[in-house]
Amino acid sequence: MSAAAPAQLPTQLPAQLPILAVRNLTTAFRVDDEWTTVVKGISFEIGQRETVAIVGESGSGKSVTALSIMGLLPAANSRATGEILLEGRDLLKLPENQMRHVRGNLISMIFQEPMTSLNPVLTLGFQIAEALIYHRGLDRARAEAETLRILERVRIPSAASRLHEYPHRLSGGMRQRVMIAMALACKPKLLIADEPTTALDVTIQAEILELIKLLQDEEGMSVAFITHDMGVVAEIADRTVVMLNGNAVEQEPTAELFARPREPYTRALLAAVPRLGSMKGRPAPQRFAIVDPVTGATEIVPDTASTAALTERPVLEVAHLVTRFDIRSGVLSRVSARVHAVEDISFSLHAGETLALVGESGCGKSTTGRSILRLVEPDSGTVLFEGQDVRALDRAGLRRARQRMQMIFQDPFASLNPRKTVGGAIAEPMIVHGLLSRADARDRVSELLRKVGLPPDMASRFPHEFSGGQRQRLCIARALALAPKLLVADEAVSALDVSIKAQVINLMMDLQADMGLAYLFISHDIAVVERVSHRVAVMYLGEIVEIGPRAAIMENPQHPYTKRLMAAVPVPEAGRRRLRRGLSTTEIPSPVHEANYVPAPRLYREIGPGHVVQAFDA
Amino acid sequence: MTTFLIRRLAFAWVTLFAVLTLVFVLVRIVPGDPAQLILGDQASREAIDALRQRLGLDLPLSKQYTVFLLGALRGDWGVSMISGQPVIREVLRVLPWTIELTLVSLVIGILLGVPAGVYAAIHRNRFVDYAVRISSLLGLSFPPFVSAIILLLVFAIALPWFPVISARSGSVMAWYQSITLPAISLGLISAAYVTRVTRSAMLEVLSEDYVRTARAKGVPWNVVIWRHALRNALIPIITVVGLYLGILIGNSVLTEIVFSRPGLGKLLIGALNQRDYPMLQGMMVIYTLIVVLVNLLTDLAYGFVDPRVKLK
Amino acid sequence: MSAAGSSEGALRTAAPSPFAYFASATLKAFNTNKTSWIGLVVFLIVVVAAILAPVLAPFDPNDQNILEKLRSPTLEHWLGTDSFGRDTLSRLVFGARISLIIGVVSTLAAMVIGTAIGMLAGWHGGRLDTVTMQAMDVLLAFPSLILGLILVAMLGPSMVNIIIAIALTSIPPFARIARAPTIAVKEREFVDAGRALGYSDTRLLVVHILPNILPEILVMGSLWLANAIRTEASLAFVGLGVKPPTATWGGMIREGFENILDSYWLALVPGVAILFVIFALNLLGDGLRDAIDPKLKGEA
Repeated sequence: MSAAAPAQLPTQLPAQLPILAVRNLTTAFRVDDEWTTVVKGISFEIGQRETVAIVGESGSGKSVTALSIMGLLPAANSRATGEILLEGRDLLKLPENQMRHVRGNLISMIFQEPMTSLNPVLTLGFQIAEALIYHRGLDRARAEAETLRILERVRIPSAASRLHEYPHRLSGGMRQRVMIAMALACKPKLLIADEPTTALDVTIQAEILELIKLLQDEEGMSVAFITHDMGVVAEIADRTVVMLNGNAVEQEPTAELFARPREPYTRALLAAVPRLGSMKGRPAPQRFAIVDPVTGATEIVPDTASTAALTERPVLEVAHLVTRFDIRSGVLSRVSARVHAVEDISFSLHAGETLALVGESGCGKSTTGRSILRLVEPDSGTVLFEGQDVRALDRAGLRRARQRMQMIFQDPFASLNPRKTVGGAIAEPMIVHGLLSRADARDRVSELLRKVGLPPDMASRFPHEFSGGQRQRLCIARALALAPKLLVADEAVSALDVSIKAQVINLMMDLQADMGLAYLFISHDIAVVERVSHRVAVMYLGEIVEIGPRAAIMENPQHPYTKRLMAAVPVPEAGRRRLRRGLSTTEIPSPVHEANYVPAPRLYREIGPGHVVQAFDA
Repeated sequence: MTTFLIRRLAFAWVTLFAVLTLVFVLVRIVPGDPAQLILGDQASREAIDALRQRLGLDLPLSKQYTVFLLGALRGDWGVSMISGQPVIREVLRVLPWTIELTLVSLVIGILLGVPAGVYAAIHRNRFVDYAVRISSLLGLSFPPFVSAIILLLVFAIALPWFPVISARSGSVMAWYQSITLPAISLGLISAAYVTRVTRSAMLEVLSEDYVRTARAKGVPWNVVIWRHALRNALIPIITVVGLYLGILIGNSVLTEIVFSRPGLGKLLIGALNQRDYPMLQGMMVIYTLIVVLVNLLTDLAYGFVDPRVKLK
Repeated sequence: MSAAGSSEGALRTAAPSPFAYFASATLKAFNTNKTSWIGLVVFLIVVVAAILAPVLAPFDPNDQNILEKLRSPTLEHWLGTDSFGRDTLSRLVFGARISLIIGVVSTLAAMVIGTAIGMLAGWHGGRLDTVTMQAMDVLLAFPSLILGLILVAMLGPSMVNIIIAIALTSIPPFARIARAPTIAVKEREFVDAGRALGYSDTRLLVVHILPNILPEILVMGSLWLANAIRTEASLAFVGLGVKPPTATWGGMIREGFENILDSYWLALVPGVAILFVIFALNLLGDGLRDAIDPKLKGEA
């Protein structure tokens, strides 16, 4: 079939007609012969040049809604009913060959994972040009010329050379730009963006959001933006649809929604979202005031005093820590380069205190945590834990020390052995270290489960029977089994839904108050960090560029990178849409240097009590 | 790409040396004196000694090893004890037959297997898929000599369409007559393997994000399958086909026996049964060379299909 | 402390014991692809027949009776007789024993040794891994049947030697099969958590990693058993099987091949028997493999 142009609709539509009108959309899936309804009769509209955000947590049905609109559901096991009117034409009634002309042409979609959404064996130029060839009937040469233009509009540097490159050469942010280019090639009326920035770093996210807004203005198109991040919603959406369990719970203009949320669930969602700047004037970390999503009742949170035991000797003292990874290449596998993951890191941490390590991908925060626990062996530096040099310990000594310093990981699903009961997993450390007999361990397991807010009779179940938030609680219980003094939380809440995140953070803060735990809180989520930390260290390319009390770092950042980081964080408050800066395309540099690179010595200045900044060129 | 090639070539040499050494060791771990075993219990002392000297077995082991290695590299693989001819000449005489059979079988396998696998993957869990899966499972369950015997019985004995003994005699028709049954016997089994790996590779690829992206762009479904999906599926398919060639060569031995077709197989069996050591050594060398070559070709094929490989 | 259970979905009230859980998981695995039941049943029938061979066989398999030689199937000899007058059915049933014993023992040995090698290589990584895997690759690349032929020819065709030869050529695939998931599981956070909790390497390998890769290994085991049986038959066909007069399926085909023009069933019947056993095992292993893949993804 030749790539014919679709039937032309009049370009000037009456102002009131919405681009997309979804009426009573119901989508069901069949799994093992049973039909489950995932989207339950939702209705909403998207007007011309309007940006509508569809917000919800996992399982809310927001992605399925998008796929239903695009007709990308698996035909055999799914069923979508209702009406989806694109400029008056019902998409659900279109046969596949006509729907194909809508996709990529009238409605385009971009997805969450840029790293896997591009075909690795086809060139970038071809993948973009393809849409033009099929929908506009252009020949190869004209399509390539147009592709070049589009690549420049999405601000990809050296666009001409990229045409014949393959995706594996590009970073996540760049790939997402290519995806946007692909989506906009045929100038669609509606762009559906399904969590396009969730997998990207904060500064890159800000740039992509800017780009989408700019292109929307230039093209005059509408945008349906699916996300779970209320900050992003506040930044870009004109109207917002809140989804829960397949229902559209509330739909309002964004400003209304934030100012006067009506439904209990919306209020619960907003209450669980940390806002950067909300901790001004409060010296100590603060629990979240959880709103019950069903009743709307709000928890009262008393102002708590700081739990940090600053007068005693620090539990952890890290000095000049260096960890590097070798990269081998060439025929003889010689070391050709090194990843300078952790470069000259120094800080200290007291009992009952939370120090946050923040930064974007590749900054070395995770490796720092692992180096302290010697899950990865550092190259040099000292790590004093309770006064003992961790690096000098032998195997037996390290085993003993590991009882007192523990780690919680990012992925709650991979953190528990699927083949062991959760009770067994929690009891195992105590038995392995010979601390308790099996019978006593059972009692302690019940105690620990209670402590993390789970019923003790769950001990004989397997991990896959629990939700993400519950698994993270189980991991915390397991870590507490040995009564540690230090807990390294490596993006421990990043993979959790918003409301669950708040609950788990509250749990961690309660445990800190109860047990005097010291937390090394590794995270890229600055707003969360603001809530939970006493002190914050900002990392960039393996180095700490700024460290100090939370209030100082957040309210008075000195280092240019810290400032850029703070500025990029989307704030979930309506009316706070930032002024548009000039579009830039930064890449996050990688800390890889050739084999004989010797880093220049860094100077640090103290500009306030406990607030230290790395010297930078003004 | 160059580094990649150099690495693979180096690995090929290492493999060659490793296998040659293995051959050397294997052939000499036989309990008992080889010369005596050959000549039998009644042989005289002098006859045994003479044979040992002729075979070079009286030299110290390390000397034997060097002689063997240098000889192998130079192309002097000794002299067959059965026929008295140089081993390398015997091997080269029958090698084309085996290569021909292997290649034709592989081509049949790919021509049948890839489309079948793609088709099954597209119509997953429908009747076609089940039929393809069961029949391909049946296909690769056949011991090669069983499929050969069945084909022989049906098409050469019951229906005299093909000769019982498959040896060419000069014309195209004769070639066709002698290669068809053996190639089909092996080709069907090959097709079964290729079908399976194609199906699973396609299923894997079809669930990838970039296929969803292509559909979201409005690319026609058949283009998605053949251009977007299959090209990526080729990578694991090439891997498996490369590995399979080893199995195919082994199977060809059995097929050659059933169809009385000249080739390495017959030579091998004769050498095994008669304990023709020089011939066995030579055969192992040739098999190794073939395998190494196949590995290299597979790697080169990757380079064509997968742009990420070119980087190295 | 907030009650986590209520806000995050309800769990079933009754918790099954770990044993019941594994039993039901196995049942579900078999039911994923119903053909695996067929495979299992057929294979078990063959196993039972082999065990009961002395009872089931109407004649002594080595009993020669020249007067009755080369008979086609009759009421007395259901599957006819061979060129020595021996009853084909009896030889078939006894031949099953040889095939099964050799197949099972060699596969088990290869499974244990190969898995150990693969797990250790995958766990330690680095030099050990590279060297071991290159060695395995060298062995894998070589046609295993030919390697097996040569090994048996060198060592002499006895049952033990055949088992050794097949086991040796089966070790590299098992090492490969064990290594890949070991590396994948090694990267999962619960292994790191175990290291952080001070567990020894041995404990991590045996208690944590092995149970997670066991399904793949067992599936491979059943598929490889099919291969081992096929290899044994091939060896016997070529003349390197267990020495006559012991009945082996491959040997029966070999003898039958000599008489193929007049008494074709002598070669055909054992051939079909081998085919059936291998097919059954493949059905079993393949069906289970289907069950494993999505399950792992669902749990992880």
